[in-house]
Amino acid sequence: MKPSLKVKIGSLELKNPVLTASGTFGYGLEYSQFIDLNLLGGIIIKGLSLKPKKGNPPPRIYETPCGMLNSIGLQNIGYEAFVKEKLPFLRKFNTKIVVNFFGENLDEYIEIANKLSKTDGVDALEMNISCPNKETKWRKMGTEPELLRKAVKEVRAVVNKTLIVKLTPQVTDIAYMAKIVEDEGADAVSLINTFPAMVVDIKTRSSVLGTLTGGLSGPAIRPIAVRATWEVCKAVKIPVIGIGGIVDYSDALQFLIVGAKAVAVGTANFINPYATVEIIEGIERFLIEEGINNINDIIGSINEKANNAYN
Amino acid sequence: MNKFTLSTIVENKALSSDVYLITVKLPFRIDAKPGQFCILRVNGRLDPLLGRPFSIFDLEGETVKFLYRIKGKGTKILSEMKENEKISFIGPLGKWYPYPEGNFLVVAGGIGIASVYYLIKKFPERAIVFYGVRLKNEIFFFEEIKKFAKEIYVSTEEGEFGYKGVITELFQNKAKNLDLPIYACGPMLMIKELKKIVNDRKCYVAVEERMACGVGACLGCVINTVNGLKRVCTDGAVFELRELIL
Ligand SMILES: Cc1cc2nc3c(=O)[nH]c(=O)nc-3n(C[C@H](O)[C@H](O)[C@H](O)COP(=O)(O)OP(=O)(O)OC[C@H]3O[C@@H](n4cnc5c(N)ncnc54)[C@H](O)[C@@H]3O)c2cc1C
Ligand SMILES: Cc1cc2nc3c(=O)[nH]c(=O)nc-3n(C[C@H](O)[C@H](O)[C@H](O)COP(=O)(O)O)c2cc1C
Ligand code: FES
Repeated sequence: MKPSLKVKIGSLELKNPVLTASGTFGYGLEYSQFIDLNLLGGIIIKGLSLKPKKGNPPPRIYETPCGMLNSIGLQNIGYEAFVKEKLPFLRKFNTKIVVNFFGENLDEYIEIANKLSKTDGVDALEMNISCPNKETKWRKMGTEPELLRKAVKEVRAVVNKTLIVKLTPQVTDIAYMAKIVEDEGADAVSLINTFPAMVVDIKTRSSVLGTLTGGLSGPAIRPIAVRATWEVCKAVKIPVIGIGGIVDYSDALQFLIVGAKAVAVGTANFINPYATVEIIEGIERFLIEEGINNINDIIGSINEKANNAYN
Repeated sequence: MNKFTLSTIVENKALSSDVYLITVKLPFRIDAKPGQFCILRVNGRLDPLLGRPFSIFDLEGETVKFLYRIKGKGTKILSEMKENEKISFIGPLGKWYPYPEGNFLVVAGGIGIASVYYLIKKFPERAIVFYGVRLKNEIFFFEEIKKFAKEIYVSTEEGEFGYKGVITELFQNKAKNLDLPIYACGPMLMIKELKKIVNDRKCYVAVEERMACGVGACLGCVINTVNGLKRVCTDGAVFELRELIL
């Protein structure tokens, strides 16, 4: 018998726990030439804002040991174009569409959240709390507890769909931030976003990117992401989506075992366009081998006794 | 339709101390056009993490050739790979050189020849080729190009072979006034010089930028153009020169 891979994130039912991470899967179309999007648990769309956004000057990416930096700067086509040009295509597939969104200030966050909440075909919203605008106090929304509280509260008030809040790892206590998100009524949290990071070209003595810093992603950040996910899962009751450096099914299972209900796969799509599908197949195979009939039986099954194998 | 697959190395041959020709065999035929590229990735390891883009140098059915120069970590590892080893392959990717109607001009600098060789070969006896290198031993496939091209002109920096100087000078002397489309690939310095010479004539160039996905999804490979930011991987890598802001 095939094990059940179904999980629930708020009212959102996923056929399996594997999503694509925002910004790494474009608008879905780009990867539909490689994989059958129907197989995915869901697609998290590239960060969307009300108006189109140009993003940062090139160069925007740089490879690092087992990882990469990006300074895309949230370039996107804007709400109107997304709904007109991208959403109809995405709706042809039997998978959940989660739209990642952000604004230049809290008013913009609320406005786009309100619009997306009323947009047919959008199944859930993921709020990126890393506000790009360096001028306003809202740039600290992801890292200052009281700003986060106010932001989630006001966005929640206009969203009737499943609301996921995506946490940044750039905080002292990520579980504390997750708790705030839960208290203010979000349906789920996802983590982690990229780490601000920097690489210097010693010849030119300048940053290798068009902006000084970029976000670090890929397998290099995975152990940190697993630890952060574990801490958050212990602190909140709402579902958690684990993200960070997942390349294969065993990476994904680590997140599920520490308590994540689902995972999102990012950078791995770049190195293997079939990554998500192979991860789903791998999880299923693993469950069969372990004699587990339902994925939910493995979620949160972490044995918290320290490993004493060597004693 | 783009393919992602494991390819098998048939041959990986050093042509000089740092330039190699790799031949890979795919499990199926691909249909690719001159100017398109593929992404090769050393399989089964996470460092280097990303694949590396290379122009399709030559193609026959399921056999694809790439001409590459060792530049850093990824190409070094690639150069050490042996026959029968597997390498992951995505392609063909990107736009191709619009097909010329009659004769055409080619300007290639150094390893840039990798991007235009297949074009010269596909339209035999029609290309007037300008091929510039620093040193004589960096001229690759001279006899083959001579065979396929209508005319070939070479420059070396010190004049060891052909014209002494840079290829754009030779191009200016010989072809400035020929009313033919131009196809170019080479270092940024060459492209910039070319831009001064050709003004608004039809000139297609293949450009490079660091890539992650290669399929237009990550927005990592953008460059500035007169029509805003464009992705090298899907809007290019072939662009019209007049469109580029260099
Ligand atoms: C469309 C396209 C076609 C290309 N065709 C060829 C070809 O036919 N033959 C050839 O020798 N080279 C070609 N290049 C350049 C080649 O991709 C780089 O030389 C190679 O990626 C360097 O990798 P590395 O690990 O050796 O160098 P490193 O400097 O260690 O690479 C670090 C990172 O920077 C990227 N990078 C470094 N240099 C370049 C560059 N010039 N362009 C793009 N990314 C770069 C790498 O991909 C990698 O992600 C092409 C590039 C592009 C974009
Ligand atoms: C090129 C790129 C673009 C990204 N764009 C976004 C974005 O628009 N919004 C967002 O919330 N996260 C974005 N992310 C972060 C990813 O969704 C993910 O949280 C992060 O990359 C860690 O996962 P990974 O290691 O599997 O890539 C982006 C990441 C990359 C590499
Ligand atoms: S490499 Fe990802 S958009 Fe071009």
